Amino acid sequence: MAIVPIERKPLSLAERSYLPQLAAGLKITLKHLFQPAVTLEYPEQRPSIPPGYRGAPTLVKDPHGRTKCVSCQLCEFVCPPKAIRITPGELPEGAPVPQVEKGPQAFDIDMLRCIYCGLCEEVCPEEAIFLQNQYSLSGYSRGEMVNHIDQLLEMGGTLPDAHFKWDKKRQAEEAAAEGGGHH
Amino acid sequence: MNPVAAFFFGLPGLVQGLLKGLAVILVIFPMASLCTLAERKVSAWMQGRPGPNRTIIPWAAYIPVFGRLFQRLGLFQLAADGLKFLFKEDITPDTVNKPYFIAAPIVAMIPALTTVTVVPFGAYLSHGRVVPLVLANVDVGLLAVFAVASLGVYSLILAGWASNSKYPFLGSVRASAQLISYELSLTLAVLPVFLWINAPGSDGSMSLARVVEFQSQGGFWGGAWFLFTLPVSAFIFIVALFAETNRQPFDMPESEADLVGGFHTEYGAFKWALFFVAEYANMIIGSAVFALLFLGGWNPLPWVPLATFAHWVGLAGHPFWLGLVSIALFVGKVAFLIFFFMWVRWTVPRFRYDQVMKIGWNKLLPLAIANLIACALGIALLQR
Repeated sequence: MAIVPIERKPLSLAERSYLPQLAAGLKITLKHLFQPAVTLEYPEQRPSIPPGYRGAPTLVKDPHGRTKCVSCQLCEFVCPPKAIRITPGELPEGAPVPQVEKGPQAFDIDMLRCIYCGLCEEVCPEEAIFLQNQYSLSGYSRGEMVNHIDQLLEMGGTLPDAHFKWDKKRQAEEAAAEGGGHH
Repeated sequence: MNPVAAFFFGLPGLVQGLLKGLAVILVIFPMASLCTLAERKVSAWMQGRPGPNRTIIPWAAYIPVFGRLFQRLGLFQLAADGLKFLFKEDITPDTVNKPYFIAAPIVAMIPALTTVTVVPFGAYLSHGRVVPLVLANVDVGLLAVFAVASLGVYSLILAGWASNSKYPFLGSVRASAQLISYELSLTLAVLPVFLWINAPGSDGSMSLARVVEFQSQGGFWGGAWFLFTLPVSAFIFIVALFAETNRQPFDMPESEADLVGGFHTEYGAFKWALFFVAEYANMIIGSAVFALLFLGGWNPLPWVPLATFAHWVGLAGHPFWLGLVSIALFVGKVAFLIFFFMWVRWTVPRFRYDQVMKIGWNKLLPLAIANLIACALGIALLQR
């Protein structure tokens, strides 16, 4: 590659005296002095959370108020840091959705281990676990940093459901029963 | 005369002097700490941050508007910082030379507070004459300021040497070289002012009050501030002042990027706070001297001396109120200069050490000498 000589102009006296540059700099800093602060004053002001944000994992209920988790334990298995521990339990007779027989008896997420990767949310076949907006967690002991099922459900709340998977299934079964020996 | 004044003037001279000295120290000390707060606030605003705005004394929150306002301005931070420095564990490292290590911050405070005595800070009218408010209106004036202020370098040398550690040592070496280099330009820059005011045949004086008196005369040359008549002197003086007070872009002694903290690296708690206060006290005195020499002291506007101003606003017969107004004017100028120090700090990067030396010896000193010769000739022609 050819060498391109760049002509450097010698500095003028004004430039060497450093003063015009200083004046220009002072003008800029003075402008900044009167500009409003860009700081977010944290505990009072919170940043707006963009959609798709991966905060603390939570358990959600469907719009009917049913806990969606069926304790299949896929999230427990997929969790890279092994932060999730589920104790599956059997649901009592007469549960809202007859096809669902299992529910979590205990569901613990150790937030000291969680790496907020979102694999649990991705793997969940029931769309029962979501990483939501909560980003600020603190506690006085290791025990306090483990979220139990009540906390997880409270943090999760109710999310709108796009599918109503079990409702559709039930409607299909009812229609089939009415039709009587369909096909 | 009211009873308080009568009691004061009835006291022995020594007690009067002590009280006056104490009053000035009680003003300078909080002013210096106020400067630390101002520094934090100004730097925050320039960087688009709010700065310290949380500290509050519990009951102060109940004061309607002002409690909240003072909190946002960080005024309670002042007390919090002071108390913190007072009650912090004062660690003296094992390897230091203890007597000198402890002496250094004290030595730093002495010149900072001593120079105040000869700096006038206001004036009032008495029987048509302007009387300056000053602890000691001595003829040596500025000479005393320079003589005592240059002792400040000993505290840096002591601190660096006694710390027995390489960074403080390097910092103090730089500081002493820098202070000595720039003192020359500083002194040469003010000579034209005194050449001018000490016209042949008049009583010779280096008094700072006399300089202001000179800038309060009538006529074009008399009423002009020396900033306008001797701009080069003013420029050299302010540049050298930045170097003398170790402010950016000349803060070699504590260039935290390469020397950790410079000469005060090994200091903590109240001893460190003393260095800090001394630095700001030096800044205040330096700004005050600049305001007196080049900005007309307590005169409100160029070509408008205090006496004329007093007649305009009808304060000529009220020495007390006029005194307060003059102090306010003077403090306003000093405050602006201190703001200017902070403004420059967040504008320009620090010079390299060799650049500092080069500017001091190769640029500023020849400029100061040329300026002195040119001004001497000009003044000789003017006063012929």
